[in-house]
Amino acid sequence: MTLSAYLALSLILFCIGLYGALTKRNTVIVLICIELMLNAVNINFVAFAKYGPHPSVHGHVFALFAIAVAAAEAAVGLAALIAFYRNRKTVRVDEANSLKH
Amino acid sequence: MSGTDIAFFLLALAAIAGAVMMLQLTNVVHMVLSLVMTFLAIAGLYVLLSAEFVAVVQVLIYSGAITIIMLFAIMLTRHHADDKERQTTGGVGHKAAAAFAVLAFGLAVYAGIRTLDFGADGSALPADNAKAIGQWLYSYYTIPFEIVSVLLLVALIGAIVLAKKDGKGAEDE
Repeated sequence: MTLSAYLALSLILFCIGLYGALTKRNTVIVLICIELMLNAVNINFVAFAKYGPHPSVHGHVFALFAIAVAAAEAAVGLAALIAFYRNRKTVRVDEANSLKH
Repeated sequence: MSGTDIAFFLLALAAIAGAVMMLQLTNVVHMVLSLVMTFLAIAGLYVLLSAEFVAVVQVLIYSGAITIIMLFAIMLTRHHADDKERQTTGGVGHKAAAAFAVLAFGLAVYAGIRTLDFGADGSALPADNAKAIGQWLYSYYTIPFEIVSVLLLVALIGAIVLAKKDGKGAEDE
């Protein structure tokens, strides 16, 4: 397999995640789409670790750091979602508009 | 076409199919479960990229922990199972604009990566990559590793503080 095949797959997944994060109305799904985008980036890290100009396990270490940060982001994002749901009784992104008016 | 190529295409197909199903389904739980397929396919791709340790971490953290925490968040909040309800934030114009922007981004990046090749055949990676990762983590990456532990602690406390009922809100109820 070549590097560009992995990069193209990662690009497709990133674009699907970006489209979902821009258009979906449910906050949980928006968070999941962000996780999908982070996953696509991790594929890039690991693909460059094998097929990049300097193959080494540094890419794996960076992918592991990205996974740890993504886990922290998911925990805080869902806690914010629970707080939002308690105050507004909804999970829709477009109803989070208290700062707008 | 070698066996690696066939495995790559099958796993890539599974990953993209899971992501597209996530966009198309209407039930929130089904969306999360379809994304589990994507996460597992990505773990398989890590094995193809000779990153077995990252593959195991992917299965543990993404398919295990993050999926379960998302399902908990779905169960703790109320979701209308009405299929006729609008699933997206805007109308057709909003969706078309988002699709156009994403497509433009994708094509621009694809033009850059289409012919990218560094000529590496991937044979330079150590066979026992878990051992190599551990050695790098505890020597060269010690400080980032410790900072990640602080970050996880801060996220844990922050999640508790955010999700906790504040005193004023509890009195109002």
